[in-house]
Amino acid sequence: MAVKKNNSQELVALLRRMWLIRAFEEKVSVLYAAREIQGLVHLGIGQEAVAVGACGQLRVDDYVYGGHRSHGHAIAKGADINRLMAEIAGRATGYCRGKGGSMHIAAKECGFVTATGVVGGTMPLALGAAFAAKERKKGQVAVVFFGDGAGQAGPFHESLNIASLWKLPVIFVCENNGYAEFTPLSAHTKIERLAQHAKTYGIPASTVDGNDLLAVRGAMSEAVTKCRAGQGPAFLECLTHRLRGHYEGDPAKYRELSQLAEWKKKDPIARFTRLLKSRKLISDQAVESIEREARGAVEQAAEFSLASPWPDAAEVAGQVTA
Amino acid sequence: MAEQTYLEAIRAALREEMRRDPSVYLFGEDVALGGPFGVTQGLAEEFGTNRMVNTPISEATVMGLAIGAATAGLRPVVEIMFIDFITLAMDQLVNHAAKLHYMSGGQLKIPLTVRVQCGISGAMGAHHSQSLEAWLAHVPGLKVVMPANAADAKGLLKSAIRDDNPVVFIEHRALYWTKGPVADGDRTVPIGQAALLRQGDGITIVALSSMVGPALAAADALAGDGIAAEVIDPRTVSPLDVEMIVRSVKKTGRMIVVHEAVEQGGIGAEIIARVQQEAFYYLDSPIARVAAPFAPVPAGPTLEKHFLPGKERIIQAARQAVSKG
Repeated sequence: MAVKKNNSQELVALLRRMWLIRAFEEKVSVLYAAREIQGLVHLGIGQEAVAVGACGQLRVDDYVYGGHRSHGHAIAKGADINRLMAEIAGRATGYCRGKGGSMHIAAKECGFVTATGVVGGTMPLALGAAFAAKERKKGQVAVVFFGDGAGQAGPFHESLNIASLWKLPVIFVCENNGYAEFTPLSAHTKIERLAQHAKTYGIPASTVDGNDLLAVRGAMSEAVTKCRAGQGPAFLECLTHRLRGHYEGDPAKYRELSQLAEWKKKDPIARFTRLLKSRKLISDQAVESIEREARGAVEQAAEFSLASPWPDAAEVAGQVTA
Repeated sequence: MAEQTYLEAIRAALREEMRRDPSVYLFGEDVALGGPFGVTQGLAEEFGTNRMVNTPISEATVMGLAIGAATAGLRPVVEIMFIDFITLAMDQLVNHAAKLHYMSGGQLKIPLTVRVQCGISGAMGAHHSQSLEAWLAHVPGLKVVMPANAADAKGLLKSAIRDDNPVVFIEHRALYWTKGPVADGDRTVPIGQAALLRQGDGITIVALSSMVGPALAAADALAGDGIAAEVIDPRTVSPLDVEMIVRSVKKTGRMIVVHEAVEQGGIGAEIIARVQQEAFYYLDSPIARVAAPFAPVPAGPTLEKHFLPGKERIIQAARQAVSKG
């Protein structure tokens, strides 16, 4: 399923998808502040280009695994925002019937297999899906999203080693947002670019501007093509930044305001919009309507979620085993 | 009906299940070479190294890989060479294998079998001799089985592989070369069903895995004293077949629980708690445990012998229980 380079309809669709994620997460933030959503919620506002640039290159039957900051990955892979919002709000109509929540989203129907609350925890899972895909020989690939914090965990290194050794069709997408929880990456490792680890294990790797949708899309397209052709794994490091704290409610005092301001200038949605406008691929009016439609869809998702029933009490010990 | 060793029965179950279902794959260190005890000998020759997959020494990631393969339609078996190393894979086993079905609201199933051998044999010391079944039984979403003879090993392994949940199948190294009758053909043993091995009305002895043999020998000796012991092997530690044990205790009024794992926090504590809840007023004496001391397993052969519970301690505990009340 080759993607035509710079097909204008496709590019506008990508902008629309980024807006859907942005509007969704901004609404989650509002609902969280209003205590309509509780628990631990990690938003990826500012990182939308990675999710959309990467998932835009995938088929429905490709496998995607996320981390604790994965609302965007699920939406980018095609998750229904009503069921997703309901899940985050703990309602019975959620994808996981209110048992997963923000950090453990699964939307199997669209190939978003699962997220995880354990940093780097889904990297081995993606290897397994890639193993199954390789045996099935239908050209499927597995993709796993993780942050820079995962780069210092054991399974990160074990996973790169095995993926390389067995030439598995897996693509590692590292969202290097510069912070592992409250701590800058430089305080956790001497390695500035995590793609360097992949090279050590013999995996083709690149580092791209993760706020540049076309850069992510281009690198991902190449990785997916090679992966489907049986050439083994790829590692894509996307330099980006979350514009919110580590979790909702985190005052993020560890981050300089000037640094935040710099990254706001590089907002992936604004950047991509400017690019589309400069190429005359989209009008001001169309941009406005994309944002309006996204916010409208998200409002409906919120209404659907908050009107949905809470799970039945009997669910508490249901589905412990299949 | 043929005599088979416990080890051969496990191999036969693997072979038959791999023939029956092409989605069964085995992952582990040296499994394509037969493994350190020869359990998987010959399987790579029959099924190829695509399905008998040798892995690096990366327990955490291999466990996660098998879980991921299960989410993508395979029915993997993972071999962890010694249960002591399951510690390295606990994150994946506990946080993903056990919980993905629940956390996904039933969207995902994890038909994973973890084969692992445990226990004391051959003075291997604290890192190659533990019994950790109680840890695993504490985790909702995991099933845990511990066969004590060849027939149960074969039947339970088949059930484990066919189960749509993660099942930890704990083999005991000291039992690998013990022989027992194994019925021909495709016989499964249901998970969650205990076995009544000997009937009696004087005392109930619940014994697990390597302790089943000594418990039966102790029952023989106790018969000489006029104590008719009933011997039950739970076979599965999660979910426990409490019903059979309770029924027995209501008849005998006395019970001892025997396991090789250390006493504190062992599965015996759970069995006893459940029994006293269901049969408190039937008890004629306190329930005793025969288990290892609360210490790591010592390496030297003489200390190891002191550590390991066995027939004599079972006889002593049973006599004590009968003499009270």
